[in-house]
Amino acid sequence: MHPFALSRAVETATAIAAHAADPNLAFIAGGTDLLGLIKDRAALPERLLDINGLPGMARIVPLPGGGVRIGALARMSDVAADAEVRQRFPVIAEGLLFAASGQLRNMASIGGNIMQRTRCPYFRDADDLPCNKRRPGTGCSALRGLNRTHAIFGWSDACVATHASDVAVAFAAMDANVIVRARSGERSIPFTQFHRLPGNTPERDNVLDRGELIVAIEVPGRIEGRASHYLKIRDRQSYEFALVSAAAAVATSGRRIASARLAMGGVAHKPWRLTAAETALRGVSLDNIDALRSAIAASFADARPLANNAFKVELAQRVALRALQTAGARI
Amino acid sequence: MGDGRERYSRTDEKEQTSDTFTATSPDRESAAPPVDVATGMPRREFLKRTTIVGGGLAVWQGLLREEPAAAVEQSPTVPGIVGPTVAVRLRVNGSDHQLRVEPRMTLLDALRDGLGLTGTKKTCDRGECGACTVHVEGRRILSCMTLAAMQDGKRITTIEGLGRNGHLHPVQAAFIEHDGFQCGFCTSGQIMSGVAVIEEAKKGWPSAATTDVRRKLTLADLSDVEIRERMSGNLCRCACYPNIVAAIAQAARRG
Repeated sequence: MHPFALSRAVETATAIAAHAADPNLAFIAGGTDLLGLIKDRAALPERLLDINGLPGMARIVPLPGGGVRIGALARMSDVAADAEVRQRFPVIAEGLLFAASGQLRNMASIGGNIMQRTRCPYFRDADDLPCNKRRPGTGCSALRGLNRTHAIFGWSDACVATHASDVAVAFAAMDANVIVRARSGERSIPFTQFHRLPGNTPERDNVLDRGELIVAIEVPGRIEGRASHYLKIRDRQSYEFALVSAAAAVATSGRRIASARLAMGGVAHKPWRLTAAETALRGVSLDNIDALRSAIAASFADARPLANNAFKVELAQRVALRALQTAGARI
Repeated sequence: MGDGRERYSRTDEKEQTSDTFTATSPDRESAAPPVDVATGMPRREFLKRTTIVGGGLAVWQGLLREEPAAAVEQSPTVPGIVGPTVAVRLRVNGSDHQLRVEPRMTLLDALRDGLGLTGTKKTCDRGECGACTVHVEGRRILSCMTLAAMQDGKRITTIEGLGRNGHLHPVQAAFIEHDGFQCGFCTSGQIMSGVAVIEEAKKGWPSAATTDVRRKLTLADLSDVEIRERMSGNLCRCACYPNIVAAIAQAARRG
């Protein structure tokens, strides 16, 4: 492994100051993504700052109004097991449980989860094949290479990778906020604006600046949260990244949809919210499968599959439909 | 970055990942010094500089832990180490250990090479196979995906520490009874994971196999389907999965 220095932060303000002042410093929490990147030489930090000892950042606190605040250092397994999270947002608990393995969920932090980098095999390749995300300007090997697992929405010629996190899809569907602290104070970033589309700068996964630290994710209370579900389709039934996944949440009036929330994973460089479908679903009966299907199709007019992943366009619509139906059955 | 240097760096990387063996290599000192790929400077020189330069120097120094000199002197250094070290205190299987490790040394390498606890296996070294599973503060984790220096002061259990007073742990006994292995290389990880799966089920933790996560769960909900899902992070090349599931199910029934 690439050599680095390691130190332990005991105070949030000092940790943020260290990060702001040092372009070669990386925060480390669970380490389950970062250490893999270092082993594959896809990240070469000179200094790691262990933030696990920062005070108060692992708490999971119910918020008034039915929301929940999840500290950035809370472990995936603790969030998934939390009674309030399971009641208020089953989609979040399921998003976590369908990811990684029991051991990794005990290690990986929520902040690190949404910071994890793409699983595009070219990005992680030890032979250092061209990849604009890994080394800007070298080109995208996946654009005309093996791209079965890659994006169908929002990609650019510079990058066709997808975001790997499952729970991020659930957070996007529930309009969570990423609470970020810098030397100048705190800011709250709407989850759907936290991750970026690749454009010409695919090396930037999100909008965080140097010297910023995620301290929590806040999920506001939503009635739809209680009738929510995360569905993940993958090549292997367990311990595998998504080909396509959907986070769905719904509120009804009688059998008709009053409000639906839909976001998808495995289809874009960021969790992909189906806003057109959400609008079209309003007023549709949960029992009218044809109408549900055509409402969902409203969000797929702009799908742009690559050479190997055209199957995702149909698969994603079926996954969205089934996730919505399962969520609806929880009302 | 030219092709020649990339190639060199990769050779270098291989050398680094097999630190385990460098201590026994008589050619180690006579070989060309490893070169850092980013700077092109000899690694020892690079290490010296990276610890003493950088924009955040003052802050960085302020973050460094104070280490009592006495502890530093007494701590044995793990064989094969080439760079600066930090002192780590680990409580492994009920015994306190102090050792000096490079910051980049994983907990797995520290257990195996530093403490000689080779029951924990190194297979993929990427968090994909589960063979390196140990318990830290009672929770199962992958020792290849955490740094030893990040576990300072922690209570760690490895397969060597699972039995009590010469008796096998019930999960170990069940693996023998149900023939839960062939080659045995994944077995210590399987057993460490299986023990934790039972504990997690007792705490009522859900899994991806749980139909309704809103419901309260107990150990009685630990069906074979649940066990298979919860054990999916432990791969067995010999495909002893049915016997592994049977062993864990029996141990769970016995409480």
